[in-house]
Order: sequence, then C-alpha cells, then structure tokens
Amino acid sequence: MTAPLATPRSVKDLRLGETGTICCLNDPEMALKLLEMGCIPGTRVKLSGRAPLGCPITLHVDGEYTLSLRVSEAATIMLKD
Amino acid sequence: MARAAVIDKPQPLGPDVTTGSAAGRHTRIALIGNPNSGKSSLFNQLTGLNQKVGNFPGVTVDRKTGSAQLTPQHRADIIDLPGTYSLYPKSLDEKVITDLLYDRGADGYPDFVVVTADASNLKRNLLLFTQLADLQLPMVLALNMMDTAAQHGIQIDVEELQRQLGVPIIPMNARKGVGVTALKIVMAQELGPPTATFYQPSEQLLPMIRQIRYYFNLHNDYLALHYAHQGDRLRFLSADDRAYLSELREKYQFDSISLQAQETIDRYARISELLLDVVRVTRAEQNESTSNRLDRVLTHKIWGYLIFLWVLFMLFQAIFSWAAYPMDLIDQGVAWLGAQVKLLGEGPLIDLLSDGIIAGLGGVLMFIPQIALLFAFIAVLEESGYMARVTFMMDKIMRKFGLNGKSVVPLISGMACAVPAIMSTRTIENWKDRIITIFVVPLMSCSARIPVYTVLVALVVPDEKVLGVFNLQGVVLMGLYLLGFVSAVLSAWALKSILKAKERSFFIMEFPVYRWPRWKNVGLTIVEKVKAFVFQAGKVIVAISVLLWVLASYGPGDALDQAEQQARTEATRQQLTPAQTENLIASHKLENSYAGVFGRSIEPAVRPLGFDWKVSIALLTSFAAREVFVGTMSTIYSVGQDADMSTVQEKLRAEKDENGQPFFTPARAASLLVFYVFAMQCVSTLATTYRETKGWTWPLLQLVYMSGLAYVLSFVTYQLLK
Repeated sequence: MTAPLATPRSVKDLRLGETGTICCLNDPEMALKLLEMGCIPGTRVKLSGRAPLGCPITLHVDGEYTLSLRVSEAATIMLKD
Repeated sequence: MARAAVIDKPQPLGPDVTTGSAAGRHTRIALIGNPNSGKSSLFNQLTGLNQKVGNFPGVTVDRKTGSAQLTPQHRADIIDLPGTYSLYPKSLDEKVITDLLYDRGADGYPDFVVVTADASNLKRNLLLFTQLADLQLPMVLALNMMDTAAQHGIQIDVEELQRQLGVPIIPMNARKGVGVTALKIVMAQELGPPTATFYQPSEQLLPMIRQIRYYFNLHNDYLALHYAHQGDRLRFLSADDRAYLSELREKYQFDSISLQAQETIDRYARISELLLDVVRVTRAEQNESTSNRLDRVLTHKIWGYLIFLWVLFMLFQAIFSWAAYPMDLIDQGVAWLGAQVKLLGEGPLIDLLSDGIIAGLGGVLMFIPQIALLFAFIAVLEESGYMARVTFMMDKIMRKFGLNGKSVVPLISGMACAVPAIMSTRTIENWKDRIITIFVVPLMSCSARIPVYTVLVALVVPDEKVLGVFNLQGVVLMGLYLLGFVSAVLSAWALKSILKAKERSFFIMEFPVYRWPRWKNVGLTIVEKVKAFVFQAGKVIVAISVLLWVLASYGPGDALDQAEQQARTEATRQQLTPAQTENLIASHKLENSYAGVFGRSIEPAVRPLGFDWKVSIALLTSFAAREVFVGTMSTIYSVGQDADMSTVQEKLRAEKDENGQPFFTPARAASLLVFYVFAMQCVSTLATTYRETKGWTWPLLQLVYMSGLAYVLSFVTYQLLK
C-alpha cells in the first residue's frame, strides 16, 4: 500500500487559523495578480476568515495585511508540506 | 516636445520655470500608489476644494485633477491616478496609468510623480515604487500611515531607506495632514530621477530592448521592456507600431506571462533584502486582532447580515425621511422665486423664466439632499472598510445571479441614481460581471422615481396603518423597491446564461482594516457627486423642462388661436363664468399644442395600459428623465386647471374621465407605477451606458428590454385590476 502523499495541499485546504507557506502558483494568469499582491513563493499565509457561506475567504499574508479571495482562487496557491 | 528634456536631464521645476519660455506653466505632478495607501486622502489634503473630475481620453475612467499651492509663489497641477499594485495593468482603470506615463507626448505628462506607500505594509507597496524608479521618473516617496506602522510595532529607519531607494522620502500621515507641509516643500523643489535601479532585464532581452529603444526613441531600457509587454494595449501606439512590436516578440520568443512573473519575484527578493536593514518589527499582529474581533461580529453568519440589513434600513431612512426637510425648503424656495419673477410683469419671457427655467432648476435642486445623503453613507462605508465586508458577505449570493460581490455597491448606488452607479461598476474587473451589473442597475428604483411613486401612491393608497404600526403607503413603496430589485436580480440571472465570458473572473482584493472615516474625505465625495449630478443630469433636466414648456405653450400654425376662439364660442353658448371660461380656453389650448398633438398620436398605443393623452405626454417627456413626470403633470394641469389648486396631487385627484368618475383609479395608478418601475426612461443613463460599454449595443438593448418589460407588465396589471 502506497503512502497517501500524492495530493499536494493548497490554501483552500487550510483550516481556520492555520498557517502555511506558499510553494508555487499553478495558474499562470492568476499568478500574475497574486504575485503583485504579495503571494510570492516562500511567503507565509494564514487562513484568517471565511465568509458565512464558506466563500470567499480571507488570507493574512506575511503577518502584514489581509487579502480576500474566492475559494477557486485560493485553490491555485499551492503549499509546501 | 519640451517636456522630454525633464526626463533626460532634469531641469529646474521650481518657481523659476515661470520666468523661462514656458511662462505661466504649472508644474504637473501625478499621484500614484497602491489602493488603500492613502492616495485619495493625500490628494484631498493637497488640493482641498480645488478639484475637477473629468475623463481620460478614450476611456471613461475618472480623471481627478486639482491644483495645490506648494509655496506662496508656486502652484502645481496635480493628477490623481487610479490605485494600482503594479505597472502591468489588470483593469481598465489601471490602463490609464501606462497610457499617461509611457507617452512623453501625452497631454498632461507629469514633470514628476509622488508615490504613496503604506508604511505598515511597506514590502508590497514598494513593488510599484521600484517599477516607477526603474522608469527613471523624477519622484518623491510619501511614506504614509506612519502612525499605523507604529501601532503595529514597525519601526522604519527613514534615512537608511532614503539612501537605499535614492529618492527623497517624506514620512507622513495624510489622513490627519501630518507631513503635508514637508511634502509640499519637497514638491516645490527641483527633483532629479532616482539614483538606484532595482531590476535589470536579462541579457537575452537586451537586443530586443535596444531595437525598441531605437525605433521609439526611448530613454530607458525598462520602458522599452514595457513596450514589448504591453504594446497591444498602449492607446497611443499606431497599428504599425503594434505590428512592429508583435513581430519583435515573435522573433525573440518573448513569453510575456512568465517574464512578468519572474520580474515580480525578483523585485520582491530585492525589496526584502533591502528592507532587512531598514525595518524592525518589535510587536507583531497586535492590530490585526482588533479588526478580527470586529469581523467576528460584522461578518458573522447571523449578526453580519442583520447589521447589514440595519445599515440598508438606515440608508433608506436617510433618503426618505431625513432628506424630506431640506427638499421641502428647496421646493418652497423655488416656488417663491417663481412667484417673485411673475410679479415683475407679464409676457412670454417672464413665463419662460418662471414656468420653464426656474421650474426646471427646482427639479434639479430637489434631488441634492438625497444624493448628498446617499453618498455620505457610501463614503462612510467605503472609508471605514465596511464596504469590503459587504462584498465579502454577498459575493457567493450575488454570484448565483451572474453578479459579483462588487456588484452590491453599484446596485445600492442605483437606488440613488443609475448614472453614478453605472460609473461605479468600473471596480469590477471582469467584463461579463460588469456588463450584467450595468445592464440591471437601472431596474433598481432610483431617486428620480421617488416623486412619481410618492405622488401616485399617495393618490390611491389610503394613509392608514397595517398591523397597527406600519404605514400602508410605506409598505406599498417598499413593495415597489422590492419589485425593482427582484427584476434586476432575475434579469441578471437570465443574462448570465446568455452571455459568454470573455475572460476569467478575478475577485481577489485587499481586505482593509477598520478605520474611522475622515470627514474631509466624506465631504469632498459629497461635493463631487452633487456636482456631477447637477452639471450632467441637471443640464438635461432643465433643457427638457424648457422644451416641455415650449411644447405645451405653442402649437402648429394658428391652432392655438382657433382653439381659443372655439372655446369662447362654446363658453358663451353654455353661459360659463369668466373663471370657467379661462379653464376651458386653457384646456383647449393644451389639447391643440405640440404637446397635445404628441400625446394624442401615441394615445392608441397606451390606451390598453389605462393611460390617456395627458399621461402619454408625461410618459414621453419622462423618457428624458423620470422625475420630469411630476413636472409635466403639473405643467399640464396648471395650464389646464384651476389656478388655486396648489399641489400636483390635488390636481390629479380632481381629474375626471369621460364619465365624470375620478380618472386615477387604483388600476390606472398601479399600471402607471409598474410602468415606472420597469421602463428605461432616462437619457442620462443611456448615455452613461454608451460611454461605459463603448457602443450603442448595450444602451439600445437596455432601452428595448426595459421598455418592453414595462409595456407588457403594465398591460397585465391594468387588465387584471380594471
């Protein structure tokens, strides 16, 4: 039986209050927007809030500022394990 | 191109400029910075009430300019550019920045730029700064929100930062006006281009960059690189220029997206390294929790929506109740003025002045209290950071209907006036979401419908209480608003499945921390919006009022004289009193005026809806602006009715049909109300949609769709209630 390490996690999979480190952005067009807003590989992000209906979410970036983005957008931000 | 010299070798920009060949020319300064970096506050501090709002050429993005007195001898023209995170535009708003800064021949090309940066969030704010610095634009950095940074425990060594960045830096707090004087002094001085560079395009790109520099005669490598990236989107380039750039991209296998991504990553690396010596954080994440605690309540799944509902309720109260007092005053003032003018004498000119122009002006001024209150609300919600929470809470719901969390603001604004509301859709980057929002905004009941609603509702709905507490008229009014809202949402939902998306929908935005609104900013927003209404929509309303007066006072050939003769004969035969005779003459005259001819010609089309030719006239004039309805009715009836009946309502109530029964039955009033909920009757809105969508397709669709809906639903209403 193989170990279940196949699926890499994205920001979408963070639990409320959990912090992760960005590994890469897997959607080139979206990446340009994310990069200029500070989501650089290596940056630490914390899932700081969820809208009442589950989407969008808020992301605290680098301990400095908060972004609001949709779950589908968050899914393009991959995390280091 | 005299201005080119400023970039190549800086020249004195100070007061001495006025003594040179460019006598009297003001220094031109552009304000640029990230969204939420306090740029607007700074612009307001620098220019105060000396602001003008115009448009950038070719696009409809607001171009806010103003003038500032830097020193007693030195004035400067300041342009407030849209907030942006980088020089690679992601929206129409951001595109105007590159169109201005990349074209030295541009009208209004700045002599230097003031870059605003949020000190509490320096790393991200410096991205844009380093791009501007690499363009070698002379600049000064306004390091804003020093107080917030201090609260976050962020200490910045400004002197070291100044050394690293190679430009003058002014630490400031624009919201409170701290540092503005120091900034003005620096702005009045001669500024050279920055001494540091932050990013070098890679070796492989240099041959291409050289070719572009040579071809376009550019002074700078980084600018040439941007020509390669953005050639197709720069407005000022000709088709040949674009073709040339696209050829070069092909030849050098220029991969714009990955190069941009790499550039941003490299810049962040450089900035992080540079900030190591500059920024010390002693106490982190303190302030975040205050905002977070508030968010726990304000975006709570129950409390959040209840509070939002309460905010909307207050907004309604403001527009309906609070605004009523100043509106009454304006109404009385205008009536008094009209009466004073009539005392001056008699004649067509006096009539034109009092019944045409002054009455029309009254129609414009009446709306100022509502518009001022609405934008006061919106400005406070925006300034405080609450609007971002509204977007956050509403996005998922709005998306179901093809809208966007950002559509909430335009839809709410649409309740005041569709014109600014449609203009405010510019914040929606996605084309499809934006078009849908623009399309349905006019279905929201705007303030111009209020006079129509109130007059007709008061006419047929009794002023009594339901369930002991609610005013029945108020309930009906609320129902009309809901009808508009529901139809807007359903129309959006229908459009969602018809329209094909042109691009991906981005939602990502900065989530600002809560702040106390600055009243100066709120006040300036109100002034700006009221000015826009008075000078844009106001012109149309006054013009239509005058036109209407002419239509109702003159007729084809000698039709009016004949009508008078005929009325006199009839009056003599029926032995009427002089007063009754005058009425008869007036009503005969109106029937035979151009307006009467007009109304009669369309009467057959609107008879199934329960309307007669008098209402038809009002429907036609309403196509210029809905509020004209009340003015038209009063004009029609004041010409044709007893002079001592003062309000329109009484005139309408006194109107009889051919059988001597009251004309405005509940069925007729309901049909008319439904018509006003749906019909596209606003030239200003159509003109705005034309400007915003750059074509006649959408405004025409709006006109046909909404008017068709109005006709059908009014027909159904009248036939069911009759």
